[in-house]
Amino acid sequence: MTPLLQVKGIEKRYGARIGCTDVNFDLYPGEVMGIVGESGSGKSTLLNCMAGHLEPDAGQVVFDTRAGGPMDTVTMTEPERRMLGRTDWAFVHQHARDGLRMSVSAGGNIGERLMAVGDRHYGAIRDKAVDWLGRVEIDESRVDDRPTAFSGGMQQRLQIARNLVTGPRLVFMDEPTGGLDVSVQARLLDLLRGLVREMGLSAIIVTHDLAVVRLLADRLMVMKSGHVVEAGLTDQVLDDPQHGYTQLLVSSVLQV
Amino acid sequence: MSEYNFAYLDEQTKRMIRRAILKGLAVPGYQVPFASREMPMPYGWGTGGVQVSAATLTPEDTFKVIDQGADDTTNAVSIRKFFENTAGVETTEETEKATVIQTRHRIPEAKLSEDQILVYQVPIPEPLRFLEPRETETRKMHSLEEYGLMHVKLYEDISQHGAISTSYAYPVKVSDRYVMEPSPIPKFDNPKLEMDAIQLFGAGREQRIYAVPPHTKVVSLDFEDYPFEATKADHPCDLCGAEDSYLDEVIMDDAGNRMFVCSDTDYCRSRCTAGHVGRLAEEGAA
Repeated sequence: MTPLLQVKGIEKRYGARIGCTDVNFDLYPGEVMGIVGESGSGKSTLLNCMAGHLEPDAGQVVFDTRAGGPMDTVTMTEPERRMLGRTDWAFVHQHARDGLRMSVSAGGNIGERLMAVGDRHYGAIRDKAVDWLGRVEIDESRVDDRPTAFSGGMQQRLQIARNLVTGPRLVFMDEPTGGLDVSVQARLLDLLRGLVREMGLSAIIVTHDLAVVRLLADRLMVMKSGHVVEAGLTDQVLDDPQHGYTQLLVSSVLQV
Repeated sequence: MSEYNFAYLDEQTKRMIRRAILKGLAVPGYQVPFASREMPMPYGWGTGGVQVSAATLTPEDTFKVIDQGADDTTNAVSIRKFFENTAGVETTEETEKATVIQTRHRIPEAKLSEDQILVYQVPIPEPLRFLEPRETETRKMHSLEEYGLMHVKLYEDISQHGAISTSYAYPVKVSDRYVMEPSPIPKFDNPKLEMDAIQLFGAGREQRIYAVPPHTKVVSLDFEDYPFEATKADHPCDLCGAEDSYLDEVIMDDAGNRMFVCSDTDYCRSRCTAGHVGRLAEEGAA
């Protein structure tokens, strides 16, 4: 089987400082990869390099495109990369406000990607928007409300609906549960797990919350100071941490 | 008048503006940046249109200025006087006689011909401005032809009002490529954007010039199930009885009386002269 995403020797430097360096991994269709590490360990830099928001200084990000097979997204043309960004890729920001248009109604937010790929039938777009609101457990009657009138958890769910409406194959998530209270987090994780399984999505989730990766991720990468210090199956890494930093991370979790 | 260079601007500036105009004509709908000059009038009064007119006028031209269709409003009168003083060109109020027409917010009702030039005053040349505030991003969207966002605005219109309620500055796609702001003309005028005359758009404050060459395809954006409609007030003109012209509503008193008149004053007057009579003109005669 061809990997959906192959990351080969990605490096990003900020001047003399290292953002992330020498990151290699393959992601297969339907697989969820977690990336954990402390603040400043290069998780978000790595994610942005993979998603095309930052240009890496070295390395390749090879994505298995629908039309042309495996292609290096770092060297492909910008129109191609942006087209991927609104069809096969999705990016869920930590703060829903970064990923939503706050002055546009929920329906318009969900419809934007559809219209960006050429849908021009209002009725069809609206039906899809209503359908997706239902899937992320937002009441249909809120379709014309603006996200400013939504709670934090609803905004996050709306952002997820907006991203998944075009049926992407790979979702990048940057701390999707950050800033939400635990019960809302639990619901969101439940929802995400359901959607990932149901749609057969591949996902890369950056987080510092080990509970999130335990629930969602099949595999785990632990980062420190821009390097990957440990990688493996999630349960294996969390239950039998080998690297000193991973041991510290796992033992730092508060037990209630 | 001899104190001024012909048409106020110096020759080098006019040359620079003409280059921008030619580039705009070569790439229909593309916003060409130009070094807009200070003009002796405030921004928002047509500084862009005036610069384009100044670069376009020749001593043999006949010049007409309309503001919301009218020849006799402050803006139109002062710009017409400006070029009478600085260029000494002949001016007219008759659409057919003019070779260069500067307009604010209207396209004349009379069909324009191939030897005429229509110059628009544009306040905001970027159709995506209120949807995407970053200029770097909007330029990228234009260059990559990413216009999905424009439809988000129309979607919002329908979801809130049940119909596309954008009634002026209605976005168009020019020559199947660039989405263009037609300046705040009523959408009634949008079908007329496909015409025989050259159309030039000048935005002074925003320092942009763009153009639509004659016979260029101009399509108003819409949805399959909510097609574009050119709308106007559902009345005939009260002075000349015209049913096909864009109308202004005028409040007559504090008792709810109002009248509808052609916003194109030259069109209305020529019809009245030709003997057409509207509702109020009949009453006045009786």
